[in-house]
Amino acid sequence: METILHALRDAGRLMAALDPKLVEIVGLSLKVSLSAVVLATALALPLGAAIAVSKFRGRQTVIVILNALMGLPPVVVGLIVYLLLSRAGPLGAMGLLFTPTAMVIAQTILILPIIAALARQAVEDAWREYQEQLRSLGAGSGRAALTLVWDIRFSLLTAVLAGLGRAAAEVGAVMIVGGNIDGVTRVMTTAIALETSKGDLALALGLGIILVTLVLLLNAAAYMLKEAAQRRYG
Amino acid sequence: MDLKRRIVLAAALAAAAVPLAAQEKFITVASTTSTEQSGLFGYLLPIFEKDTGIKVRVVALGTGQALDMGRRGDADVVFVHDPEAEKKFVAEGAGVNYKQVMYNDFVIIGPKSDPAKVAGGKDVLEALKKIEASKAPFVSRADKSGTHAAELRYWKSAGVDIAVQKGPWYKETGSGMGPALNTASSMGAYILADRGTWLAFKNRGDLAILVEGDQKLFNQYGIMLVNPAKHAHVKKDLGDAFINWVVSPAGQKAIASYKVGGEQLFFPNYKGG
Amino acid sequence: MGDEPMRAPVSILPLRLEEVSFIAGGRPIVDRVSLELEAGPRTIILGPNGAGKSVLMRLCHGLLAPTSGRIEWAAPERPGERRRQAMVFQRPVMLRRSAIANVEYALGLAGALAVERAQQARAALESVGLAHLAERSARVLSGGEQQRLALARAWALRPEVLFLDEPTASLDPGASVEVERIIQAIRDAGTKIVMCTHNLGQARRLGDEILFLNQGRLAERAPVERFFNAPASAEAQAFIKGELPWT
Repeated sequence: METILHALRDAGRLMAALDPKLVEIVGLSLKVSLSAVVLATALALPLGAAIAVSKFRGRQTVIVILNALMGLPPVVVGLIVYLLLSRAGPLGAMGLLFTPTAMVIAQTILILPIIAALARQAVEDAWREYQEQLRSLGAGSGRAALTLVWDIRFSLLTAVLAGLGRAAAEVGAVMIVGGNIDGVTRVMTTAIALETSKGDLALALGLGIILVTLVLLLNAAAYMLKEAAQRRYG
Repeated sequence: MDLKRRIVLAAALAAAAVPLAAQEKFITVASTTSTEQSGLFGYLLPIFEKDTGIKVRVVALGTGQALDMGRRGDADVVFVHDPEAEKKFVAEGAGVNYKQVMYNDFVIIGPKSDPAKVAGGKDVLEALKKIEASKAPFVSRADKSGTHAAELRYWKSAGVDIAVQKGPWYKETGSGMGPALNTASSMGAYILADRGTWLAFKNRGDLAILVEGDQKLFNQYGIMLVNPAKHAHVKKDLGDAFINWVVSPAGQKAIASYKVGGEQLFFPNYKGG
Repeated sequence: MGDEPMRAPVSILPLRLEEVSFIAGGRPIVDRVSLELEAGPRTIILGPNGAGKSVLMRLCHGLLAPTSGRIEWAAPERPGERRRQAMVFQRPVMLRRSAIANVEYALGLAGALAVERAQQARAALESVGLAHLAERSARVLSGGEQQRLALARAWALRPEVLFLDEPTASLDPGASVEVERIIQAIRDAGTKIVMCTHNLGQARRLGDEILFLNQGRLAERAPVERFFNAPASAEAQAFIKGELPWT
């Protein structure tokens, strides 16, 4: 109980003082996770939509695999990306290891299946409703899929948020490929891990409260956006 | 169409905003979690940067992992505390410009209730024998770290074949110093720790230093450059600058002046020209 | 600017079906139907539930492919070309945009230039009495308004053939009357109407000829008056007797 109270106090103190280290860490967390979400969405939405509207052999298998990849352990993704980016690995010459770019890459790989699988489900459900009408009007599959995706954009926001939540919360991938370097690749989750292992549980918990609050605010904003759109467009 | 174009544009902007490998001068140093958690780097590196303009990026792992990082070429400099492993590293040709630069010491931490009755002792080997005899809970890092290597050496010197004689009382956590201390604190166990991490550690619970001062507990640190002959991209000049600074009078003085709670943690002992 | 029905150089009618079958789940939903649809008469497809009316229309419109048999328009439909037939479904499907934007979307698919789209869309809305709701979000309109919007959208494309799948089945009587009026107007402007309905009164009001389907087979085809006064087939007789006279 005492630790929790200290945690709340530490969190409050850090935020009120706009502690520069804290600001730096939070800023990097947001930059990395949001970049990963943007990149993953750009790849995952077309992928999910394409699978949703196409018929091809092995479609069911692809869907099952995609759903299963939602549960990729972050630390495994981190390990694989590390081995790829290590100097001893195939992409070592790019010198990307232990940089925020590597963290973005790892998180993008991690959340791409989540956004794609959820998008596929949403698009497939909407496709059942829209398909006949769009084809009747003369839209080819590709055009129809794009129209559909834009029409259900606020529902797809839910898929994107799920990806953001995963990215912001994970520590395994960014720890391994980023190295938790002070001032360079330290984000909220790795900072929390560090403070925990230093035994400063109150500070770790305080950082945790800040992280959760941040994600909560993002979700609340998105929810209100969805509600407003629902009222306006029906 | 609109949506897709918008997203791709945003992605491109975001990627551009994420800073690529900076144009600034920096080196990557593979070191250990205990060194980082002692706070030494937070104190020392700004001084070095001010003197030379070189930034140091520390990736903190266990000693074994740090040396492996050096072998893979993912670091420019390796800074750890396991002389046997370091000498092997250099003998393999993986490291050059090897210097022994400072030492800190280990202590035996344990519960104040001290079931094995080791408190106040001056001999680490005696203490370990008593702990094994009483089967009191003992936490081992078991993670290829310098601390772990030291712990194994002590068991051996104490005449205990730990691989055979360990039992449920011997807890191998496979973790860094901090998490291992967390575990020891929550179960009231004995543990071998470096003084630096202990002094910075905040979750002590019922633990305290029970055995210290034995010469055998001194923990020697070494620093070396990853061999540029094996990895052409290693920043030889900047890395050497760091090594030479650490062993210079200025560097050695900075090490000695780092204190936690008024206590000096690291003792510079570079000998040689 | 004229409201002339746009006729392509070659009409897509007549539509010819030869021994068309559609089999699903082992059962023939449409069973060896052969017929020809010509320009001119308003064709109503009647039949009991499960007779295959909706499936037959979807086969003609190209939403389904026949399991066997041939469906041939006089001028073949090429992918990427403007469609010369349109369909209105029982429940209208609108995009999450304004009413006028929905019509503009369809015009865009048909290849209309941006400048033309707004103008033609507005004209279409006026002709169904929805001009005052042009900027309203389509999906918040009432059922009747949405169906009128669907008709406006289809009509804006100036199709040669308009298929309607029970267009008033989900509407209240007032909205139904409005929709029937619009269908008549579309026909008067030169579009062939092919409609299926449950509503015998509606069939009599709107139809010139009746195609009577039963269990996937074309049981009878006759001009509307002859069908209702003197149905030739036993199934048709039973069907007409089974329905209440005032629907």
